[in-house]
Order: sequence, then structure tokens, then C-alpha cells
Amino acid sequence: SLAERASLAGVRHIVLVLSGKGGVGKSTVSTELALALRHAGKRVGILDVDLCGPSIPRMLRVQDSAVHQCDSGWVPVFVGQDKAIALMSIGFLLERPDDAVVWRGPKKNALIKQFVTDVAWGELDFLIVDTPPGTSDEHISTVEALRPHQLLGAVLVTTPQ
Amino acid sequence: LAAQLSLSLAECPGTGSAQAGRAAACQGCPNQGLCAAGAAGPDPAEAAELRARLRAVRHTVLVLSGKGGVGKSTFSALLAHGLAADETKQVALLDIDICGPSIPKIMGLEGEQVHQSGSGWSPVYVEENLGVMSVGFLLSSPDDAVIWRGPKKNGLIKQFLRDVDWGEVDYLIVDTPPGTSDEHLSIVQYLSATRIDGAVIVTTPQEVSLQDVRKEINFCRKVKLPIIGVVENMSGFVCPKCKNESQIFPPTTGGAEKMCQNLSVSLLGKVPLDPQIGKSCDSGQSFLAEAPESPATLSYRNIIQRIQEYCEQHHLQEEKIM
Repeated sequence: SLAERASLAGVRHIVLVLSGKGGVGKSTVSTELALALRHAGKRVGILDVDLCGPSIPRMLRVQDSAVHQCDSGWVPVFVGQDKAIALMSIGFLLERPDDAVVWRGPKKNALIKQFVTDVAWGELDFLIVDTPPGTSDEHISTVEALRPHQLLGAVLVTTPQ
Repeated sequence: LAAQLSLSLAECPGTGSAQAGRAAACQGCPNQGLCAAGAAGPDPAEAAELRARLRAVRHTVLVLSGKGGVGKSTFSALLAHGLAADETKQVALLDIDICGPSIPKIMGLEGEQVHQSGSGWSPVYVEENLGVMSVGFLLSSPDDAVIWRGPKKNGLIKQFLRDVDWGEVDYLIVDTPPGTSDEHLSIVQYLSATRIDGAVIVTTPQEVSLQDVRKEINFCRKVKLPIIGVVENMSGFVCPKCKNESQIFPPTTGGAEKMCQNLSVSLLGKVPLDPQIGKSCDSGQSFLAEAPESPATLSYRNIIQRIQEYCEQHHLQEEKIM
């Protein structure tokens, strides 16, 4: 839909960071990739779709931040040294950081769609999408929600074993 | 938009709960209609079937984390091996990680297939007294991706419990994927047909792991799942040459020890990093058997013993009540 296209309309490249395996460093790579691209002068955003175990806010030291709204949707939290990296994560929506998000698939899918369509990402050169381990609801929904847009591709992370 | 924001935040009461579709949190959930109509509720006939199947299981232990890659499958496998060392005990290892089933490889059972008999699916036996079930055995190729949404995963988990002929089991160990989602809600719901002794929660020392593990502890409390205790893996590395100890994953916020103190849960033990562990997992051998002198083996054995004692004590207390 036009509305869906509009919220990511200003994003030039979307990169998914995937693995199948947990604990191999997806969130670490997503964070470092975003920071490095920012350092190279690019406009960068990070979308954290790990709803059960959101690691990005802590990695960028914004675990206590909250999300606000504007006319065009939710405003991402701006992180990094120059506060120029746009970040959206369920971590910002929790009342307490230790609250477990105990949701089944359909509810996770609904939120991921909202993260794509209702966040005011603005003009970005790169949107890095950090994912949880597996090949399930979050992954299917993220790819479906991003389908109308220019998905550059996926970076897969592993360890040697 | 604000209403939608708050919708996202409240918890799903569980598709099987009495509140399914009716709780405040259900407003706007795409599943609401289905839940409210009772379509996703517990089927009494099904519940009876599960109860019958699991009647011969004496102890059930869930191995959880919130975090991936901390060693749940490794621990589940070693717990199973450790308990099965007593040949008089019958041990069952159930792998409900549908997307990333590691147990077949770790148990040296890659390429095995599941057979059906009149009494149901047969587990794959590593030893006479150690049977294993995993979606890994149902794939035509180990690289096949299982790209399923929640409901389909739940269906398979139910089948694993209902259709597998486990026989008489002293210990049922359930290995889970990381997170607090469909698989975890389902296994707790389906296993309510039997008694779950408790959960063992695995972590590594770093705050990024503990952050997720605290959520898992809250999940256990929410669904009233007793916590046997926490295992801290990758807790230091002792160089085999110079014997110097290094913290590869420094416990910047006090590690599992501090977390356990704060949350009043038991720390079952700390297991150091040993490169042999990863190798044994890759080759499908029991690390406990391949490296009996390793400090990690000693730690694992102590932890396994504490779990055994917990289960036995639990059992005795229940018998007293009865």
C-alpha cells in the first residue's frame, strides 16, 4: 500500500542480519556494522526484530530510553556518539527491562509489521535489521513486510563449529 | 496509534487459557476471534490422551535460556548422558527446537530416521536406556530449513508428546530453542498433563546473556514453572599449557552468581570453557566420556548430581503429600 511504501520510502538499502543459530554475534555484528557505516558518513537506522531477546538497546547504551510519537508514526530512538543512528526495538516498549515478552506468533507478526509501517524512519542510506535465531514467525513476517521495498540482501553470521 | 502501542505491550494470556481471546491484551490481536471462539482452547480428549502417554514418565526437566548459543543443547545432551550412566534408569531426550535442532548431531545420531510401530513413533536410541526425538530425524536433508510459523511448530510438539512411544521413563529431558514464545508456552501447556519437576536455565557470564535470562526466569514464574537452578557456561577459560585463567566473557555485572542472588534462584554451578566441548558436540560424542579429567566435566557432573537430588527430593515430598 502507499502508506507502507511511504514509511520506508526514504531508505536506500535494507540489510538483514541473519543466522540460524543463536549466540553467534548477530546483534554484535548489526551494531558494529551500523556504527562503522555511520563513521563513514552514512545515514543509518537499526531495526531490532528480536522480540523475545532484544539486545541492541543495551549494546548502544540506551536501554532506559522511551519511544515517542509524531504525526508520521513512532519516532525511533537516536543513538551513537552523534545521536544520528535511528533505532527501534521492543526493548523501548517494555515497562521493566526484565519483563518477558511471552507472545505467540500472530502477536509478534503484528508488531513487526508495525515496526516497518508505523516508524518514521526518514531518509536513511542503510537500515540494518537484526533478527533472532531461527527461521520462523519473525523472519517470515519481516521479509513479507519488507517485500515492497529495496532489500539489498542478507548477511549471515556463524561461528566455526 | 497510542491504543495500538499499548496493545502490543500487554501479554498474551495463552491460546489455551480460560482468558484466551477475552483478556484486555487480546484487543486487536489478529488471533482474537479464534481464541475467543474457543477454537484454540485445550481439547479435553487431547489432554486425556497426553496424560495417558506421559503417565509412565517419572521426572521431567526443561532446559531453557532466554539467550541463544549459551549451551542449552550441549547441557541437555550431557544431562541425558550423565543420567543414563545408571543403566537402571530409562532416559528420554526430547528436542523441541524445530528451527535449529542440534540434538541429533550432538548425540551422534545424524542421518537417523524415525520409525513407526503399532504403539506410535519410536525414539532413536543412543543406548538401550537413552532414547532421543527431534525434528532433525524427520528432515530428508540436514540442511532443509523448517520455515514454520508458531501454530505448525506447536502441532509438531504436541505430536512428539502424544505419538512417541517413550515407554517407561525415569527422566524426560526437554531441550528448547532460545526465547519465550510458542514452543515454550506450548510445552508448558502440554506437559501440564504430567508433572514438570522444574526448569534448568542456562546462561553465560555476560550481561547481554543475563538480560535475556532474567526474562526467562520471569517467564517461569509467570507460568508457575519451578526453577531447579541456573547453570553458568563459558565461565572462564583455563589454558591447558600455562594453566592461566582468562575471562573470555567477563561477568561485567556480576555474572550468574549476582543474578541468582538478586532473583533468589539457585546457582547450580559454573562450567569453564573447554575447546574439547565444542569438538565433542561436533563429533557426536559425550564430552564427559571423552574428557573425564577436564574441570568442565567435574562441574557438569556436580550439576547433574544436584539436579538428580532435586528430582528425587521433589518426588519424595509429593509422595508424602499423597
